[in-house]
Amino acid sequence: MLVLLILHLLAALVAPLLVRWWGPRACYALALAPAAAFGWALARTPAVRDGGAVVETYPWVGQLGMALALRLTTLSWLMTLLVGGVGALVLVYSARYFGPGSLGLARFAAVLVAFAGAMLGLVLADDLLLLYVCWELTTIFSYLLIGHSTERRSSRWAAAQALTVTTLGGLAMLVGFVMLGEHAGSYRWSVIAAGPLPDGAYLGTAVVLILVGALAKSAVLPFNTWLPVAMAAPTPVSAYLHAAAMVKAGVYLVGLLAPVLAAVGPWRPVVLVAGLATLLVGGWAALRQTDLKLLLAYGTVSQLGLLMAVTGVGTPDAALAAAAMLLAHALFKAALFLVVGIIDHRTGTRDLTELSGLGRAAPLLATVAVLAAASMAGLPPLVGFVAKEAVLAAFTDRPLALAVLVAGTALTVAYSARFVWGAFATRPGVPTTDVGRVALPMLAPPALLAAAGLVAGPAASGLDGLFHPYAELFGGVGAHLALWHGLTPALGYSALAVAGGALLFALRGPLAPVLARVRAPVNGNQGYEWVIGHFDRLAADVTAVTQRGSLPQYLGVILLALVAVPGGAMLLARPWATDVALWYTPLQPVVLLVITVAAVLAVNARRRLTAMLLVGTTGYGTAMLFVLYGAPDLALTQFLVETATIAIFVLVLRRLPDRFSARPLRRSRWARRAIGVAAGVVTAGLALVAADARRAPPISDAFPELAVTEGYGRNVVNVTLVDIRAWDTMGELSVLVVAATGVASLIFERSRTGPRPRRPEPAGQPTRPDRPVWLRGGASLQERRRSLVLEVITRLLFHTVVLFSLFLLFSGHNAPGGGFSGGLVASLALVVRYLAGGRYELAEAAPVSAGTVLGAGLAVSVGSGVIALAAGGSVLQSAKIDLALPLIGEFYLVTSLFFDIGVYLVVVGLMLDILRSLGTQVDRHIEAAGRPGGGLAVDHEGERR
Amino acid sequence: MRDGATGPTLTVVLAIGILVACGVTLLLERSLTRILLGVIMLGNGVNLLILLSGRPGAPPVVGTAPTDAMSGALAQALVLTAIVITFGLTAFLLAVSYRSWYLTGDDEVPDDLEDRQVRRRAERDELVPADLGGEGPDGDPEQVDPEPPRRPPEQDGDR
Repeated sequence: MLVLLILHLLAALVAPLLVRWWGPRACYALALAPAAAFGWALARTPAVRDGGAVVETYPWVGQLGMALALRLTTLSWLMTLLVGGVGALVLVYSARYFGPGSLGLARFAAVLVAFAGAMLGLVLADDLLLLYVCWELTTIFSYLLIGHSTERRSSRWAAAQALTVTTLGGLAMLVGFVMLGEHAGSYRWSVIAAGPLPDGAYLGTAVVLILVGALAKSAVLPFNTWLPVAMAAPTPVSAYLHAAAMVKAGVYLVGLLAPVLAAVGPWRPVVLVAGLATLLVGGWAALRQTDLKLLLAYGTVSQLGLLMAVTGVGTPDAALAAAAMLLAHALFKAALFLVVGIIDHRTGTRDLTELSGLGRAAPLLATVAVLAAASMAGLPPLVGFVAKEAVLAAFTDRPLALAVLVAGTALTVAYSARFVWGAFATRPGVPTTDVGRVALPMLAPPALLAAAGLVAGPAASGLDGLFHPYAELFGGVGAHLALWHGLTPALGYSALAVAGGALLFALRGPLAPVLARVRAPVNGNQGYEWVIGHFDRLAADVTAVTQRGSLPQYLGVILLALVAVPGGAMLLARPWATDVALWYTPLQPVVLLVITVAAVLAVNARRRLTAMLLVGTTGYGTAMLFVLYGAPDLALTQFLVETATIAIFVLVLRRLPDRFSARPLRRSRWARRAIGVAAGVVTAGLALVAADARRAPPISDAFPELAVTEGYGRNVVNVTLVDIRAWDTMGELSVLVVAATGVASLIFERSRTGPRPRRPEPAGQPTRPDRPVWLRGGASLQERRRSLVLEVITRLLFHTVVLFSLFLLFSGHNAPGGGFSGGLVASLALVVRYLAGGRYELAEAAPVSAGTVLGAGLAVSVGSGVIALAAGGSVLQSAKIDLALPLIGEFYLVTSLFFDIGVYLVVVGLMLDILRSLGTQVDRHIEAAGRPGGGLAVDHEGERR
Repeated sequence: MRDGATGPTLTVVLAIGILVACGVTLLLERSLTRILLGVIMLGNGVNLLILLSGRPGAPPVVGTAPTDAMSGALAQALVLTAIVITFGLTAFLLAVSYRSWYLTGDDEVPDDLEDRQVRRRAERDELVPADLGGEGPDGDPEQVDPEPPRRPPEQDGDR
């Protein structure tokens, strides 16, 4: 069975290719996939006839208890035959239905085959979750097929409506499945059915939810509206999805569950009321239609209601009748849709007021249609008659339902007659419609289906044996399928229905005004529109309330939540610390005072530079607190970062206005301050509570020992970064690379790669390569901004500082330092070099592109991690290598050093990218803005000749 | 006063509160530069908060102090990572405020235009026309268009 599903999948995948090669003829080849399913099911007939089941199980999602459990029993065997057989015929038909070069044919063919596969999976699934997956797959494929003509709004609307309604039902059904599955401990239906059912309201709820899904899928009231609208689909799709296969999924599900669940409280009322009401409403609406396809669509709605009622009622006789009806309906309805497709295709219209004389012009087509319509009307000796007899016989003990059934059947007879009359009769005053010759591949599929209906009628006793195992699931079966039962009451009801239908048809003229007037007060489609429209309005209202588009408001709400929820919890629980030390060293209050003053001044500062320097002061203060807390690595990094931050801030501030613009939000100032103070108080409270909340010894107690034995280093913080928690650092490096890329892409209009900036050669002055320029500031800095002293000192100190940064990098494993601080020191050296000498000086100092450094850094870190893996360790595991070199003596190397080198490179690359963007490129913006006519468009200097 | 090794230290707690309060106040402004300064201060406050989860003590370098007198190393490693990430974020936000100035002439964060439109539309209780589907051409909701993939008979290659 799995092989069949895979076959469909493969066929769907190669379908676009085949269509490109062979055009519409590819459909013949693709028809082999559903045909294989048909043949396979046919070959399994003996096993199924004896009431056995063919089972295949493959493990799938073990955590969900979900398996690819496939199970073929009588009902699924019948459905497989229909899905495979009709699918193959429809594909053959499609080969001529679509012209060569039809738009979207490749997608159509692929989706139709994929649909066949999903439908096959649906009817074969034993696992309810698998069934749900296939169920939704058919919904999605049906969406794609209904919306085949993507350029038409009605087509897209129809597709969206079908998707919305059936998905909504599907979700309800899933909840029902989960309720059943969780109770039973398994999602295999065969297991759930064998085990004890939950009781009372729980089971009732689950049953109603599942029925909602089944009714929605099968377009039964109150979900019947999407099916007529879905007739926007190409006719092969209507024949397959909306007559033979997909809409039967709901009926199939009801038929699958009925043996166990039919007795549950709400089941019978829901199924019978919805089904029988649909039978009448659909049949009545069908009598009104002038579009042949819509006539059939409403007929399908009506018949689906009938099928739902018969399948769901849950008696053995009804079950037998349901199986026969399922077969009969698929045969006649698919045939009729295909006939309409031929008429539409050959004449360009489906409107019965425009067709005339078609019966005489295309006698073969008319014969096929009459056969199928007679089966639909339930005339002997067709299979439709057999099925209808069985249905009426099964309901003799329910007089009310029986009366509705007879009325519904009369309507069916009437619209069947209307269909034949509408399509093939000769109308006075209407020009005779010409059809020409119908191509065999188009005529053969409906002819085969109609002939099957003709053969199956007399052969009903053969079908009887095949369907009996299904009916026996409900108990002892009294009924038998046969063409002739003798003079039974059912035959009488049947004759009554035919006579009533004939009368209705004969009175079609006088009845026309009644038909037009008596219709549902609210049209279903309008109801759907109303619901969707109100959803849209609600969404707009909710969006307008929640999404104000104001950043301060969003942040304010988030921060108020921070104040209210944890702050409220704190007030309620009052877990205050008992022993609070005022300070750890007396220096701390001094630092606190500095931080406080600087922070408050920063909030009120009017000038950008002042605010920046004050914030920097709080940063240095924080670094001092780190020192006093016993965290030298942190303090070192914080000092360096604070300095670098001030430097790059200055780079940007030279462009931004000196002062902040006047605050437009003056009136909300106090609100902002209140939120700020509240957030500060709550955070401080959290700090008090959290610091005192420790009950277990901290995990980092073990770190010093681990650092020495596993990481071979004495600086615990550094070993934590490069070994114990190296994954964190790896993630951080990625963030830095992303940030650097983001900075560059915000500033550079074009690629940042390309030649590094070089001084444009002045025209007429030949360069002298034999005399390298030592100080390059002269080319880019104006005389009054240039400081020769700074330039010279920077130039002299640069290499020393870089050397010191390398020392920090290498010694960091055993003493404060490491890749981060080393990289930051080197970065600061570059910053100073740039500030003193301008962009050419920077290019001289770091003659590589920032991207290369970043990439190399990331590659080195990842590489060192992966090498550990290759050496048999785990990722990022450290190893110690003892070395001995002449002159230096013995020393050892820890492999995590390479990881730290990567960190160093990434930090340098980040700073290089920042300098290239916020420094060099902004320089060019400034120059371009100053150049007359230059505007903001900036050339790459390196590109200039 | 070296007796506070077990409980939280009040000065650090106060520093956290002040940094967060001032940071949040700046964060709620509309100028990107102020927002950025707020982020930096808020970041420093939160870094201190994280640091507080480890105990204070001697620098965590093996060999310089007994192990049980060392400060908590894990919190420090986390904070070190946070400091450098804040730096990357600072650079990015600076680039954003420069870009904002470059394009609009100031670094203020305006209200989102699209959101304002949605709000106006909701107030007027109107919908985008495309939100509602169309009927068939003849206005009868039960009728659908004839379908497009149709060939005129003379193009049929079968004759």
